[in-house]
Amino acid sequence: MTVLAVADHRRGDLRDVSYELVTAGRQVADATGGDLHVAVISGDIDGFAENLNLAGVDTVHTVENGEEFNHDVYAGAVEALYADVEPTVLLMPNSVNGLDYAPAVANALDLPLVSDAVDFDYDDGLTATREMYGSKVETTVDVDAERVAVTIRGGEWPAAVDAGDAEISAFDYSPDGELGSRVLGFEEVAGGDVDITDADVLVSVGRGIEEEENLELVEELADALGATLSSSRPIVDAGWLPPNRQVGQSGKVVTPDVYLAVGISGAVQHVAGMKGSDTIVAINTDPNAPIFDIADYGIVGDLFDVVPALIEQFS
Amino acid sequence: MKILVTVKEIAEVEDDFEIDGLGIDEAYLEYDLNEWDDYAVEEAVQIAEAGDDVEVVSVTIGPERSEETIRMALAKGADRAIRVWDDAFEDVQLLDVAAKTRLFAAVVEQEQPDLVLTGVQASDDGFGATGVSVADEVGFEWAAVVNKLELDADSGVANVRRELEGGVEELTEVDLPAVFTIQTGINDPRYASLRGIRQAQRKEIAPMGLAELGLDASALDSPIELTGMSEPESESDATIFEGDAEGAAAQLAEILREKGVGAQ
Repeated sequence: MTVLAVADHRRGDLRDVSYELVTAGRQVADATGGDLHVAVISGDIDGFAENLNLAGVDTVHTVENGEEFNHDVYAGAVEALYADVEPTVLLMPNSVNGLDYAPAVANALDLPLVSDAVDFDYDDGLTATREMYGSKVETTVDVDAERVAVTIRGGEWPAAVDAGDAEISAFDYSPDGELGSRVLGFEEVAGGDVDITDADVLVSVGRGIEEEENLELVEELADALGATLSSSRPIVDAGWLPPNRQVGQSGKVVTPDVYLAVGISGAVQHVAGMKGSDTIVAINTDPNAPIFDIADYGIVGDLFDVVPALIEQFS
Repeated sequence: MKILVTVKEIAEVEDDFEIDGLGIDEAYLEYDLNEWDDYAVEEAVQIAEAGDDVEVVSVTIGPERSEETIRMALAKGADRAIRVWDDAFEDVQLLDVAAKTRLFAAVVEQEQPDLVLTGVQASDDGFGATGVSVADEVGFEWAAVVNKLELDADSGVANVRRELEGGVEELTEVDLPAVFTIQTGINDPRYASLRGIRQAQRKEIAPMGLAELGLDASALDSPIELTGMSEPESESDATIFEGDAEGAAAQLAEILREKGVGAQ
């Protein structure tokens, strides 16, 4: 069997998930002694192909077409490559761009789609591990089909690093007619006077704070600790803090000496932005909250009791 | 102009729960409108309020119980609703992306909307794929993870921002008709007013079975089968400070001071 994995890149750089896709692709190819093909579409394809020439990759297909991601180009190119390579497993990233073309490809090719897989195995068919209910439950799904499309969650497989001797093959693809969508540019989210990526100590607040007026309590704690205030996504969505304070996949990636998570459950998207912190401290009422899995220190308790007590300690 | 908004009643699991075979005991589940869909409904209603002659139709796949949830969409301003269900659904273990696509595509064929809004994902099964899959099926354009939407109906395009990773947004022009999957934070979803809730009681929720959609039970077939469900094993090796709030805070403060926190 053959596996085809589609790399992800943005603004001139391959994204981490591209290297993780190589590891994941090799894992499923190994299960049947198959080949791993990697596709890279648009942008600096020659440079990308060089980086994707990794141990375990048999062929890198390059598709020249514009600089940046366009879902019409990606969907068309992947469908054309699929017809050429005839893979048993088509792997794509569950990134924001993956969300924008993988479902269309699966539908067009009439492939069952297993999205956001965190692990899988292949034996007469694919068995994938997925999470449900905000990571509270882990499920396995069996796919009873000859071929399958899978998107993988970033950060779940180690990145492939060793150089390989893959064949680099240019694949000729041009979209038919005019594209239905046109990428006009990129913008960084609104900045501000505070750069949370610079802070040594972050006090980060999440949904557990319940009401906007309660933010004052956490601000008081940040002041007492000489820390900078950051937050998880719901606080920014609610408009209680500006977007430049958001830690997570769609916010900033931070690596402070100390990260104090207050009322943050630890959704995977949040953890992606703060897991590199030296010391992680969590205060949460739910002892099973995923934040405790990555925390070094924790208090299981009501933040409205614990935070005032902690302020008291530092005043 | 007609906007179709897909909504889902999702199950939320309590902090403590028990898995029973391939499901979670009903006693530990609470049902609610999917968070992402709440933003999609709000976006549709805001477009309707800003323009003349815009109809917002909300559609869900779900049993009778889910009418409570879809009424939330009606109370917030959707004009009418469709609930897709059929006895055949009772035997379905997992409604996969392809099955949902067939159902929603059939509704799109019937309703002929100019715009379809969905949430990026549902918080329970988290497939994150139905909207884009439906777009491909019905031949609409699309954009996923939209956190700003401006329609230019006269030119037949929408200008959207897609929220990429790492605090970067992509600005894209998309031809209409289109499906947009809506990210949280795009707007500020309203609470249903008492007046809205009263009005919602009088609005139509049209039940629609497979036959009415021109489909049969084979539309629900899925090669994807749920075979296992478990609680993820905790990998925690965190030092947990026990005791009352004061005691735990005092222990934590000691560690924080050792790390140099609070030293002026």
